[in-house]
Amino acid sequence: MGKGALAQGIASRASGMMVAGLLALAALPAGAAPARADRLVVSVSQPQVRITSSFAGAEIVIFGVAEAQDGEDGSIDVVVTVRGPGESFTTWRKSRVLGLWVNSDRRTFVEAPAFLAVLSNRPAEQMASPETLRVEQVGLARNILLQRVGPDFADVVPNDPFRTAFVRIQTAQGFYREDPGGVTFLGPRAFRADVAIPGTAPLGRYAVVVKVFRNNALYATSLSSFDVNKTGFEQKIAEFSQRDGWLYGFAVALGSLAVGFMGNLLFRRD
Amino acid sequence: MTIYLPIAELPIAIFTVFAMGLAVGFISGMFGVGGGFLMTPLLIFTGVPPAVAVASVSPYMAASSFSGALSYWRKGMLDLTLAGVLLTGGLAGTVAGVLLFLWLRMIGQVDLAIRISYAMLLGAVGSLMLVESLKAIARARRGLPPTVRRPGTRAWFMRLPLKMRFRRSRIYVSALPVVGIGFMIGLLGAVLGVGGGFILVPALIYLLRVPTQTSVGTSLVLTLVTMAVATVLHAEANGTVDAVLAFVLMIGGTMGAQFGARTGQTLKAEHLRFLLGILVLSVAVRVGVDLVSRPADTFAVTQEAQP
Repeated sequence: MGKGALAQGIASRASGMMVAGLLALAALPAGAAPARADRLVVSVSQPQVRITSSFAGAEIVIFGVAEAQDGEDGSIDVVVTVRGPGESFTTWRKSRVLGLWVNSDRRTFVEAPAFLAVLSNRPAEQMASPETLRVEQVGLARNILLQRVGPDFADVVPNDPFRTAFVRIQTAQGFYREDPGGVTFLGPRAFRADVAIPGTAPLGRYAVVVKVFRNNALYATSLSSFDVNKTGFEQKIAEFSQRDGWLYGFAVALGSLAVGFMGNLLFRRD
Repeated sequence: MTIYLPIAELPIAIFTVFAMGLAVGFISGMFGVGGGFLMTPLLIFTGVPPAVAVASVSPYMAASSFSGALSYWRKGMLDLTLAGVLLTGGLAGTVAGVLLFLWLRMIGQVDLAIRISYAMLLGAVGSLMLVESLKAIARARRGLPPTVRRPGTRAWFMRLPLKMRFRRSRIYVSALPVVGIGFMIGLLGAVLGVGGGFILVPALIYLLRVPTQTSVGTSLVLTLVTMAVATVLHAEANGTVDAVLAFVLMIGGTMGAQFGARTGQTLKAEHLRFLLGILVLSVAVRVGVDLVSRPADTFAVTQEAQP
């Protein structure tokens, strides 16, 4: 199941590279094609988001510069996509059965990003053709969300009711976001994007994919990442509960009895 | 001011959680109920994942019921023998309930079956208590002796063999119905995911004719033991007990339980039964209304448990 998503991710990335490579060849004299990384340099403000007891969210700033090549001018478009770790979600639909509202249908989203933010300098529809946007997975509507449909795995049309409901609920909870004004230009070729990580954000590795479009085609792609992890006390508690459930359970149970006893002594009303 | 919960993996407003612990602890100490049936939905409402909410409420209930039980113990309103006999049935009932739950899940629609039986059970228990306590209050108003008649000592199930004397409860009955009640509470607790205090207290009062306040105290002991066991089991089996969340809840809970236990001890028994009846009935109405009214959002997203 994860493999499907991975394969498709690789495929789209590979096609992105191909397009970029072809563009590079077409635009430059033979032999002078620079490495792709030179065209786009991206920096993430915080490679590690550390969660402490006072953690209530973080702000990640992504800076980037798309180098201009000889003879190139004209404006560029930037799309920043941040994808959190993949998790499986189930979307339930309630319907009325004999006067009662019950969970009647469900659809499972396999390895869907638990966090997904898409920021761009203007609506993606104005940047490139629908086909290109689809291939590059630009925007919430075009991000591949694999569903388990019976024995198969597939993404469905963007207006599928389960998909729409899933994206809507994830957006309402602050996990998914699409901001067509989230990328601002610091210069003609330098940009920044601010990504708010909510306190409830899932833990793990977040992939930052920056795609630059020019003349309605993909110009450059950059892939980087940052991690969101617990540290200190929070990490120790979580590790303890994972490592030795019995001992952790006994400790919590004994602790609760101690608190109950103390509470009785301190707030005794009789 | 927020604090990050290491197991639930989200920040939560510390004073809100404290206040929730205080309020539910008060009710818990007053009526001898664990308060899980109130606390679990409250936590889920504040965004805690259901699995973590259910598991972390257990140590909270253990703490607040221990705090409440100690006060009843000092007042002699606690029957340890009765609690012990109930527990033997309760543990067997819990095991049976876990198996029943697994079987229901295999058939599917376990959620619906649970909510319907929950609403019906609470509705029946709540209405009966309300009617009975209103009659008792009316009788007291007319100046008649407010005591509940105790004809129950002649009920057939009390005359079964293995008679035992429960001194604190002032009853002399067969141990079999006591074990049976414990079994039912354990079964319901495991299937419905609640401590069962709000069913146990009426069962002790009306079926075994245990004095109201002693029923409350004894129910707290039962809640304390089952919830301490549940904490260990949840921690081992699911790893979803959030110690930080439980601790914040418990600080408020133990304080609230003290005030609640004091209020409960000073109230007239029939008034206490009346209030508990209202509480139980309102939970039933709430669950029932949720079943028949159109939900605000017909879609819901749940995260699949990590393997």
